[in-house]
Amino acid sequence: MHELSIAMSIAEIVEEEARKAGASRIEIVTIEIGTLSGVMIDALQFAMEEVMLTTSFSGAKINYDIVTAVASCEECCNEFVAEDLFKVCPVCNSSKTYYIRGKELKIKSIEVERDN
Amino acid sequence: MCGTCGCGEENKITYRKAGEKEKLNLEHAHSHSHGNEEYTHDHHHGHLHDHFHEHDHNHATGHATIIPLERNILSKNDLLAERNRGFFEGRNIKAYNLVSSPGSGKTSILERTIREKGTELNCFVIEGDQQTMNDANRIKAAGAPAIQINTGTGCHLDASMVYNAVKALDVSSDSILFIENVGNLVCPSMFDLGESKRVVIISVTEGDDKPAKYPDMFQSSHLCLINKIDLLPYVDFSVENAKETALRVNHHLEFIELSAKTGEGMDKWYQWLANIKTS
Repeated sequence: MHELSIAMSIAEIVEEEARKAGASRIEIVTIEIGTLSGVMIDALQFAMEEVMLTTSFSGAKINYDIVTAVASCEECCNEFVAEDLFKVCPVCNSSKTYYIRGKELKIKSIEVERDN
Repeated sequence: MCGTCGCGEENKITYRKAGEKEKLNLEHAHSHSHGNEEYTHDHHHGHLHDHFHEHDHNHATGHATIIPLERNILSKNDLLAERNRGFFEGRNIKAYNLVSSPGSGKTSILERTIREKGTELNCFVIEGDQQTMNDANRIKAAGAPAIQINTGTGCHLDASMVYNAVKALDVSSDSILFIENVGNLVCPSMFDLGESKRVVIISVTEGDDKPAKYPDMFQSSHLCLINKIDLLPYVDFSVENAKETALRVNHHLEFIELSAKTGEGMDKWYQWLANIKTS
């Protein structure tokens, strides 16, 4: 829903971290996104392409690591892939479940070159 | 326009206390920078590609370094939200982030709460809207200090806006701070403000499938107020359907059915407020 804002936050953090690291060039940015993070991955990719044009890393490669959402059932302890926010346990049909992963929205790493 | 916060150079976020003429001159404390002063964008479009570009680094020498960051993309907002939260805990301020679609009755619920319990609860209110002082003025008329944040084109409040507003409002210790978010069931769900609890409000004049359509907001809330129940005989809203759907998204969600107009159910809301601890 906020893909453009998210893309701009990514650009800001990447440039800040690259500065801190004394990087001369940013080669690869790896982003980790959970399938239920609230961000549409296609829309984020589109927004990143636009946002990157205004940054110092317009030629960098962006890797999107997609984290499939997994939930655990409080009733039967079953772990299962959660397709949506309703995350009903396929074994016991309970909706008393919680996420183990799938909400991630972070910059995992950047690969940079340094002048020295 | 800056897409991160919805602010724009010509469309600045403004803060004004209810009953005061002047807008407050608060520093725009967003921590992101506008523009890219550090890096210039020096593509030379339109030149003929009849020469070789100098490639001044050598991949084979292995200067490439992987820097692990593991940094949350919303980390700046989240950090500032935690700062707000610490301030609230230290001063024993119970902060509630009220979220809903426009027109669910957030302000009406607050007006009645302040009229009936204002003195006892020691209420302060931050009002978030794109435009107008209307809500802050309504709250002040009801009897509580209020500050209006006008987000311009922004679709949600963020932690830095609340930080600025809390300072300007001078919220006292042992109080309740209601933060009425911009009416929007989508965007505010991703932005932690540092609240103690998040309260989502739906009204029976909306569809009872709201929790199915906008699950993120229900998933991140602690309490769901179902407002305008005096209108239930005239609408097709099923309270049971709404609750059942919301519970499928968030089985910890609590519900209170009330009417800000008739006062029915308001005592349960006051009871809930009284039972919350800040930490």
